[in-house]
Amino acid sequence: MDIHEYQAKEVLANFGVTVPDGALAYSPEQATYRARELGGDRWVVKAQIHAGGRGKAGGVKVCSTDVEIQEATEGMFGQKMVTHQTGPEGKGIYRVYVEAAVPIDREIYLGFVLDRTSQRVMIVASAEGGMEIEDISAEKPDSIVRATVEPAVGLREFQCRQIAFKLGIDAGMTQQMVRTLQGCYRAFTELDATMVEINPLVITSDNRVIALDAKMTFDDNALFRHPQISELRDKSQEDPRESRAADRGLSYVGLDGNIGCIVNGAGLAMATMDTIKLAGGEPANFLDIGGGATPERVAKAFRLVLSDKNVQAILVNIFAGINRCDWVAEGVVQALKEVQVDVPVIVRLAGTNVEAGQKILAQSGLPIIRAATLNEAAERAVGAWKNDLSQGTKVRAVS
Amino acid sequence: MSILLDRDTKVIVQGITGKMARFHTKDMLDYGTSVVGGVVPGKGGETVEGVPVFDTVEDAVRETGAEASLVFVPPPFAADGIMEAADAGIRYCVCITDGIPAQDMIRVKRYMYRYPKDRRMVLTGPNCAGTISPGKAMLGIMPGHIYMPGHVGIVGRSGTLGYEAAAQLKERGIGVSTSVGIGGDPINGSSFRDILERFEQDEDTHVIALIGEIGGPQEAEAAEYIRDHVTKPVVAYVAGLTAPKGRTMGHAGAIISAFGESASEKVEILSAAGVTVAENPAVIGETIAKVMEAA
Repeated sequence: MDIHEYQAKEVLANFGVTVPDGALAYSPEQATYRARELGGDRWVVKAQIHAGGRGKAGGVKVCSTDVEIQEATEGMFGQKMVTHQTGPEGKGIYRVYVEAAVPIDREIYLGFVLDRTSQRVMIVASAEGGMEIEDISAEKPDSIVRATVEPAVGLREFQCRQIAFKLGIDAGMTQQMVRTLQGCYRAFTELDATMVEINPLVITSDNRVIALDAKMTFDDNALFRHPQISELRDKSQEDPRESRAADRGLSYVGLDGNIGCIVNGAGLAMATMDTIKLAGGEPANFLDIGGGATPERVAKAFRLVLSDKNVQAILVNIFAGINRCDWVAEGVVQALKEVQVDVPVIVRLAGTNVEAGQKILAQSGLPIIRAATLNEAAERAVGAWKNDLSQGTKVRAVS
Repeated sequence: MSILLDRDTKVIVQGITGKMARFHTKDMLDYGTSVVGGVVPGKGGETVEGVPVFDTVEDAVRETGAEASLVFVPPPFAADGIMEAADAGIRYCVCITDGIPAQDMIRVKRYMYRYPKDRRMVLTGPNCAGTISPGKAMLGIMPGHIYMPGHVGIVGRSGTLGYEAAAQLKERGIGVSTSVGIGGDPINGSSFRDILERFEQDEDTHVIALIGEIGGPQEAEAAEYIRDHVTKPVVAYVAGLTAPKGRTMGHAGAIISAFGESASEKVEILSAAGVTVAENPAVIGETIAKVMEAA
């Protein structure tokens, strides 16, 4: 789960990381008022969206007067901002963060990630702050400093000092760097983050170490023990289809094709998408209905897939281990009776209780196209979709 | 021979009183697996499917001589259950649980390494379907009947995609020595490389099938190991050709976040290491059959 910059700063500040003074605004009027509350004569207004690359897209503006703040924020609120991380549809701006400007001397890149090779938390830092880490590793790979953390003892002070010295930071500021790095690490582990990124971490001209930007991503699997983090979720930043799926315990990713997929198991779901592509079609979505799928769950899956207006055929592919084919078959039948499905439905069942499952499908009297193998299923789905197209696109009603 | 699991391996089930665990305990017993007990704190003294339940793994090991454990414990407590197994002297642990926090798994891995290598537990999973040595024993949730005994060693991240491969093999009359699921999580107990090492040493395994997916460095690491150390033919399939970058595809670990993590890059890396790659998941069985004929 992602959170906004202003939320990440609040979280990190609680762990001893220094951040600029700032205030949140929901309208241009509020933004000017809050700038006055903060005091000073230069402010930075920042669009709050769940994506990086805001600066280049015009989502970060430096202002010196009320009028400038008013104009800058009027151009932000309610707009969809497209950056290299948002995708073409962009993300809506509904909150703006106003911060007192800080005199910058140097910019550092600082990131904490779960490193899958060492299977530990890794710190990635570079003296080339302000650039994206992808660009730093492509253009100035030698500037990158890495350290992994031994989980039993945590991030040691000597490691923080090493990083500070390698980045060429003045010895007088080592202690501030130790405090910042250890604060981030503690926030990362105590709150089950999967990523903390401060880009840039700045050294000010008056020798302070300040997190000028902050991004945090949390482990969805650990949210059960962090209700205060769950509260920070902002659904306006999510694909509505995906948040609806997540709320129903389904794992869904929307794509651009026409063949909807309902599959059990993430690997098989990806493989099913691949097979559709190889058979000449395009998958409309990734959907893993998971283990122990009940008829209710399968019905939910149908509704979800059909909520995508581009879907012109649905392929159900279930290889039952922890699932049972008869449950899935009942679910398909129930779903087809409850939800008005007017696109071809292709079902392939295999594994536990497959005969019972096939029998339920056959006896249902519903126009289900059955397939025995993965290839057959994909070919029939693509065939049904093309056939459907040649007969003209029907208008679909979803109950 | 087979790897990790044999006919006489004594197995316990942690979390045995849960609905899913009961269902699969019966399935494993029916398959012929030597399930000798279960563990649920506070339920010691009960029986499930005729096997005794113990309060702790330590008790279960002492009373039954169990060597392997299957963990069905819910995500918030699963890491603790795995550590308990490691501490009690369990030799091989399979964790089925999906949804364990990644940092819990970091702690599990660190904890396992406190034991010297000769008594360090082997863990596969979490978030996997388990391990089966067909005709001998099954430690997991797979439908046993789709596997025939034979000489292909299967190692994969995904459960259901592993079933797909096994079923395609059976259709062609080809059997499996052992099939191991390493799970879809970013931090897992054993890597492809760890399992390849075992298949390479197993006399009963003649061909190895590696079923990977997008995300993480383990397929590339496996490719390097295959190039330098594996003498047996390896066939691979990598799922996620159509997966967009930067999106998590169901498995917590299935996300393309760095160079070399996409399906096409992994296919390229594996091919360069001499692996025969099946481009279409529907022809995994056919590709293995061809490689076996040629060998």
